Amino acid sequence: MSQEEYRMPEAVSYLNSPKGWKSWLFTLDHKRIGMMYLLLTMVFFAVGGIFALLVRYELLTPAPTFAANTYNKMFTMHGAIMVFMFIIPIIPAALGNFFLPLQIGAKDVAFPRLNLASYYIFIGGALLAVLAILLGGVDTGWTFYTPYSIKTATAATLVTLGVFVMGFSSILTGLNFIVTIHKLRAPGMTFHRMPLFLWAIYATAIIQVLATPVIGITTVLLVMERVLHIGFFDPAIGGDPVLFQHFFWFYSHPAVYIMILPGMGIVSEVITVFSRKQIFGYRAVAYSSLAIAFISFIVWGHHMFVSGQSELANLLFSLLTMLVAIPTAIKVVNWTATLYRGSIRLGTPMLYALAFLFLFTIGGLTGLFLAALSVDVHLHDTYFVVAHFHYVMMGGTVMGLLAGLHYWWPKMFGRMYPETWAKVSWGFVFVGFNVTFLPQFMLGRLGMPRRYHEYAPHFAGLNQLSTVGSWMLGVGFLIMFTYFLWSLKRGAFAPANPWGGKTLEWQTASPPPTENFHQTPTVTAGPYEYGLKAMGT
Amino acid sequence: MMGLLGWWFSQLSLPNASNFSLAVDRLYDFIFWLSVVSFLAIVLMMVVFVAKYIRRREGEATPYIEGHTPTEIGVSAGLFVLVMIIFYWGYRDYMQMRTPPAGAMEINVTGRQWEWEFQYQNGRVVARQGSEPPVFVLPRGQNVKLILQSKDVIHSFYIPEFRVKQDVVPGMYTFLWFEPTAVGEYTVYCAEFCGTDHSRMLARARVVEPADYETWQREWELAGVKSAWERQANAAATKSAAAKPTGPETIADQGKALFATKACSACHSVDGVSGAGPTLKAVFGHDVALADGSTVKADENYLRRSLMEPAAQVVKGFNGGVMPTFQGQLKDAEVTALIEYIKTLQ
Ligand code: HEM
Ligand SMILES: [Cu+2]
Repeated sequence: MSQEEYRMPEAVSYLNSPKGWKSWLFTLDHKRIGMMYLLLTMVFFAVGGIFALLVRYELLTPAPTFAANTYNKMFTMHGAIMVFMFIIPIIPAALGNFFLPLQIGAKDVAFPRLNLASYYIFIGGALLAVLAILLGGVDTGWTFYTPYSIKTATAATLVTLGVFVMGFSSILTGLNFIVTIHKLRAPGMTFHRMPLFLWAIYATAIIQVLATPVIGITTVLLVMERVLHIGFFDPAIGGDPVLFQHFFWFYSHPAVYIMILPGMGIVSEVITVFSRKQIFGYRAVAYSSLAIAFISFIVWGHHMFVSGQSELANLLFSLLTMLVAIPTAIKVVNWTATLYRGSIRLGTPMLYALAFLFLFTIGGLTGLFLAALSVDVHLHDTYFVVAHFHYVMMGGTVMGLLAGLHYWWPKMFGRMYPETWAKVSWGFVFVGFNVTFLPQFMLGRLGMPRRYHEYAPHFAGLNQLSTVGSWMLGVGFLIMFTYFLWSLKRGAFAPANPWGGKTLEWQTASPPPTENFHQTPTVTAGPYEYGLKAMGT
Repeated sequence: MMGLLGWWFSQLSLPNASNFSLAVDRLYDFIFWLSVVSFLAIVLMMVVFVAKYIRRREGEATPYIEGHTPTEIGVSAGLFVLVMIIFYWGYRDYMQMRTPPAGAMEINVTGRQWEWEFQYQNGRVVARQGSEPPVFVLPRGQNVKLILQSKDVIHSFYIPEFRVKQDVVPGMYTFLWFEPTAVGEYTVYCAEFCGTDHSRMLARARVVEPADYETWQREWELAGVKSAWERQANAAATKSAAAKPTGPETIADQGKALFATKACSACHSVDGVSGAGPTLKAVFGHDVALADGSTVKADENYLRRSLMEPAAQVVKGFNGGVMPTFQGQLKDAEVTALIEYIKTLQ
């Protein structure tokens, strides 16, 4: 079949109608808003990535290359940008915005104006953070621990204000999604016929709405203390520094699930479609998202085992943290079992989904070391923790994101990405990731603390290996950015449903028209009903 | 694969130098091998399925499998048992780390941006020499309890070879104990980010045989006596002094002097008789009944709080408003000295 049979090149879609930059900046279309989020968060990803390369460059040799304060700002910027401006917003706000209404067969989200407002609030917060960088940066680490963050002379006030403002965007997006899922599902789409991506987005939205206000209040308290010298956290003026850590992790622990759940949702979509199988244990996968969301609220203290909190608190937090492993493992087992007797196509989205399985399993298992009290005493605040959370956040969330980006690229832009280059880039990313972060587990085990600008010579070999890995990652991402840009103009035209998906977004044109569907779809079956009952159930 | 694992292990040989090292490593190894097995199981399944069920032509039929509840329950239950074992094992070893044995040798450690300082019971202070990190000496085989305090921001005291770590938090005392088991020199790191020179905030723990430790302390004490003699001799050349030269002042001695000069002794006896305030004899380490009906164990943090916020925890039978606060009146080192003195009143 030639391309023209799939789609007329000049067909009307959300991309080209209406035209003009104003029609984008004031759009109420969830797809365009999603697109604008995607562009912005990818830019932040690139900036955060450059900081990461600089950090790894410093660590190539034990002796200092940059000044200590410069290094401290670089790792802070890297962490803060990656967490607050890339990984928290990107999947829900960019891909979620685009695909949530499409997957439930709706025209838009419940509150389109609120959706646009969320975007501009996000930009407002991001601008404050960018301003802080321009004014010299911050050096507290992305965790802003008091009393250091109260005493530092760097631009901590602006950055925390930025986090405060971006939090509103996150809350409003979550609220919008919850209402949309409850109110706008197409006829026949029961909760149990919802794609698992939406279950994940739904669980994420609940955490966003419930947990984000806490970080908001915490940052406000921090700013008040810095500006007005009210003693909340600084013992010199009567405060309690450890209280800040409780507040911070009360948000930031659930937030790590804001980061990972959407990635898990994407993996569920991709694995089923690329192996043409019903997901193994639909309900187990769906409810384990909710279970994780729930448990995530009561384990924050596992970041504070050596902070001086009581032994009783440590006992409870260690016990509860262990429970997280169960729904997590259920998911991994179910994804793997879905492959069984499938018809597996190793397209790039699938390669990223399999990379997710591989890397996230390592990330989850290393969480067990940290949840065990006596072992965490040794590993806490070393490179072991750094490796652990990169295996879950980059090995998990980012791999899920890349699976989703490749999977939905044809739908979003109406063009295919080049498969060969995509596989080459995947190779660099997968190998580079492991070369970067596996050695960091060993460094942590040997006792190298994190956030060190200089280090003892016996840590040099593993650090060099890690830095070389970061260059491989850099090459992989460079190739990816290049072919994505190339494909926007030159890629082959995409058919409506290149992967043979059954969820609703594939039942409309690529790219979709502004109103998504010409007629409201009616749903009569589950999202993954591949396979023949006659061949076995 | 096994070769790779062997290499991994050889990379991971971190010396065992305290009573905790082996226990921590055992649990670490247990989780490690458990992880290796689970990881290989998942990856093996994944690879085999992909190889076996790779798509050979479009439109292949697949079976309709909805799931398998016994698998879900089996995985959950099996994992539950395993993680509870890990939890309990970790908790048991951890509680040992949190329970210092009676009679441990105590050292007061102060962290500040960006250096560590060690003060022994005999008053000896080990601090940084120029840019060289301080080297503090420990006798092998002796239980050591470090009482940690910070002057400014949060630091964290970490010795990898001992597998111990504890945050050092301004405004409170935290502690740490261990028994060094191998002679050698080990680096103390600051593990909580504390600003510009965080990565230079180092110290060295030198573990020596007990006899060598005695010599190390003796030499210093003798040097102290000698210099005291010289001072006396100089003083005698001008005025005739009668006082006998003494050795260096211990921390408790310093506390005793403060107890008089800060007028603590006006209200608190040290012989068991109550005055306007409770006696301080045999308080430290004992349970204290409070006016609100609760009891607390009198540890360093309790005593510190009694000095800073006297009205917060009032002893049963006494009046809350009587004692003045010493917040801002006493330096941290003076508070520590007073506590050390009170500890000796048993
Ligand atoms: C089986 C599941 C998991 C367990 C048992 C687990 C356990 C832990 C524990 C105990 C810590 C604290 C370590 C310390 O500071 O000493 C930790 C740190 C962390 N974990 Fe996990 N984790 C799991 C999965 C995840 C997931 C899914 C994510 C995010 C997507 C995640 C992200 C993080 C982050 C960001 C940190 C540390 C951040 C920092 O201190 O800067 N973890 N994890
Ligand atoms: Cu420090």
